[in-house]
Amino acid sequence: MDDTKLAAIVEAVVRELKAAGVVQPASSSAPQPDSVSQASAPSSVVPVKPRSSTFNSDLNIDLPDPTTPEARLKPYVDHPKDAAGVRALMASTSARIGVGRAGPRSKTNALLLFQGDHAVTQDALYRDVDQKLLDEFNLFTVQTKVTGGKQEFLLRPDLGRLLNDEAKRIINEKCQKNVNIQLVIGDGLSAAAIEANLRQMFPVIKQGTQAAGLTFGTPFFVKYARVGILNDIGELIKPDVVILLIGERPGLGRAESMSAYMGYKPKYGDTDADRDVVCNIFENGGTNPLEAGAFVVQIAQKMRKNQASGVKLKLA
Amino acid sequence: MLLRTKLHGKTYEFPDIRILMGKANEEKSGDTLAGVGADTAAERVAARLVLAEVPMRVIRENPAVPYDQDEVTRVIQDGVDESIYGEVKDKTVGEFREWILADTTTPDMIRRISGGLTAEMIAGVTKLMSNLDLMFAAKKIPVTAHCNNTIGAPGTLSSRNQPNHPTDSPEGIRAELYEGLSYGSGDSVIGINPVDDSYSSVSRLLDMTYDVIKTWNIPTQNCVLSHVTTQMKCMESGSPIGLVFQSISGSQKGNDSFGISVGMLDEASALAKKHCFPKGPNFMYFETGQGSALSAEAHNGWDQLTLEARNYGLAKRYDPFQVNTVVGFIGPEYLYDARQIQRAGLEDHFMGKLTGIPMGVDACYTNHARADQNAIENLAVMLTAAGCNYFMGVPMGDDSMLSYQCTSFHDAPTLRQLFNLRPAAEFERWMEDIGLMKNGVLTEKAGDPSFFLKR
Repeated sequence: MDDTKLAAIVEAVVRELKAAGVVQPASSSAPQPDSVSQASAPSSVVPVKPRSSTFNSDLNIDLPDPTTPEARLKPYVDHPKDAAGVRALMASTSARIGVGRAGPRSKTNALLLFQGDHAVTQDALYRDVDQKLLDEFNLFTVQTKVTGGKQEFLLRPDLGRLLNDEAKRIINEKCQKNVNIQLVIGDGLSAAAIEANLRQMFPVIKQGTQAAGLTFGTPFFVKYARVGILNDIGELIKPDVVILLIGERPGLGRAESMSAYMGYKPKYGDTDADRDVVCNIFENGGTNPLEAGAFVVQIAQKMRKNQASGVKLKLA
Repeated sequence: MLLRTKLHGKTYEFPDIRILMGKANEEKSGDTLAGVGADTAAERVAARLVLAEVPMRVIRENPAVPYDQDEVTRVIQDGVDESIYGEVKDKTVGEFREWILADTTTPDMIRRISGGLTAEMIAGVTKLMSNLDLMFAAKKIPVTAHCNNTIGAPGTLSSRNQPNHPTDSPEGIRAELYEGLSYGSGDSVIGINPVDDSYSSVSRLLDMTYDVIKTWNIPTQNCVLSHVTTQMKCMESGSPIGLVFQSISGSQKGNDSFGISVGMLDEASALAKKHCFPKGPNFMYFETGQGSALSAEAHNGWDQLTLEARNYGLAKRYDPFQVNTVVGFIGPEYLYDARQIQRAGLEDHFMGKLTGIPMGVDACYTNHARADQNAIENLAVMLTAAGCNYFMGVPMGDDSMLSYQCTSFHDAPTLRQLFNLRPAAEFERWMEDIGLMKNGVLTEKAGDPSFFLKR
């Protein structure tokens, strides 16, 4: 097809669309209606020109945030057998129930809320833990063998389980050895999880350890850390118990869930079967970080008493 | 052993079966991580050209972990029916692919030949299959099982009701369970992944789910997916258990990392036959997933697809009611994006069916993988076309405890309508009796969790 023909077809299509009111003539200087004020919209929003004043002069879309707890608890079941019952059921869980259906599919609001939650999680994935928080607890930072940023961290878990040589040197220099309890913080897959829970959990673990008459080693932060880093730390510091607080992979619209992985005298070759874990640590719906802190100290005492962790502790 | 070909004028040579099997795979980040993936796209195809000419017996003679070092290898090799093996051993892998796909090869013929195959032989032929090959071939191999109902019958699609809760709250779990039942989810199992693996918490959830099953007379089974040792304790203490669950790995070392062994599973299976409340005879439930052996550094240098096939070989020993791969759960270091997750889901389902086990799939992804809900819906459609036994049912596909996304309570009814399928027969009758389904379609009463508040 030559260019002249193509241009003619494009022109004909545009003419039809204009006649139908879908495309505004280029010469139009129709003012923006007040209700879609450009001043209040984010600067990245592309102005949308009204197609015809008779269609939308009173169109006024100004939505509340659908992600508030109240909005999430609104039921959408058509003609429920027990409307109050649906609300009570919904209040018992953070899972997306009472959402209703369109045929066998979900309703539009539930579909878009899910997509919104996924979107914000995607946007938050590649962030680092706030340095101010680490400073607050005097945590020095060491790094694993990951050198290529978050992308490499995601693709090479093996590197995230090993401390680099510089890290080993710094830990040897700064950390007290042969302690009862060694607390370590790792970013794992969510910086937000550490930021949301550390302020509450750190003091409980520290004070709980000291109240139990146990020695509390020099805590530090590991960047690009996987759970397997426990082994390297156990070998270097030789503590009775290592507690690793680490960010879990982000859930939908919720990146603040943290885990505490623990091992008794971790060493090279130890696996998940040698470890215990308290997972889902977060406020409002998960294991509360204060309670989790106390629980973790209890587990550590049990490990010391039985000189075991993981499956061996369970069988003890 | 010489393993060599030319492709577009260039020569490619492979030192052994292990490297050949690794390089013949579709691209996966886990194989790259393990150092067994192909270096170039052409090398990948060259490996397949050579693999297609390898006799099946050579694949059997080169297990991923030597017989004397690994009990999973021993379970698989000792389970081979030698006379049936004799019928297939001299076929090349390429010929075996064509035999499976041929219209003259019936489902019964494939089910029979399964008895003569090892996991590595099944993995080998899978590597030569395209996605549509995998769907077409798997559809030819229906595998059914029975506990309180029948799963996997042609014309049916089942759904595991997965009402997980971030703190194991029985009230919260029951609310989700009601929501799922009202969509027709739960004919595979009412199966909870617990946060707390303790006896007291697990037994409480078994009691609660059993109570719902009894109150509503539901033809299904319950399961709390804790470590198998906890469930054994529950069985011995008289808790009502429908299915006994364990995650398994494709090597002895991998199973070590899960804290299990063949001896322990044998014991659990014997206890299940004695104590589980349903009729049976199938009482076991296993979950698997490509990359799990590698993540425990228990892959012995082999590719993740082959290790996954070995999971199914191990599972088969226990005549399970259901087995599913949790295909996108492991993360992007093993399956990077939607394309790799979809491919692995189709491979796993086919390999399970060719092994002869009743295979379902947890079509899922995590938030750090390059995938989204559309990708998982696509995979569920492909797998339904392939005859997959069941999917997971989770509120809006968002698991509030495991922090991953999979198929929604809405998806099984949609797929059933789309493909003219029904729930498991006993379960469908139950849904019709209580008025939630008519002629395979949800009624006006469906989708309402408060339906189950009062009987």
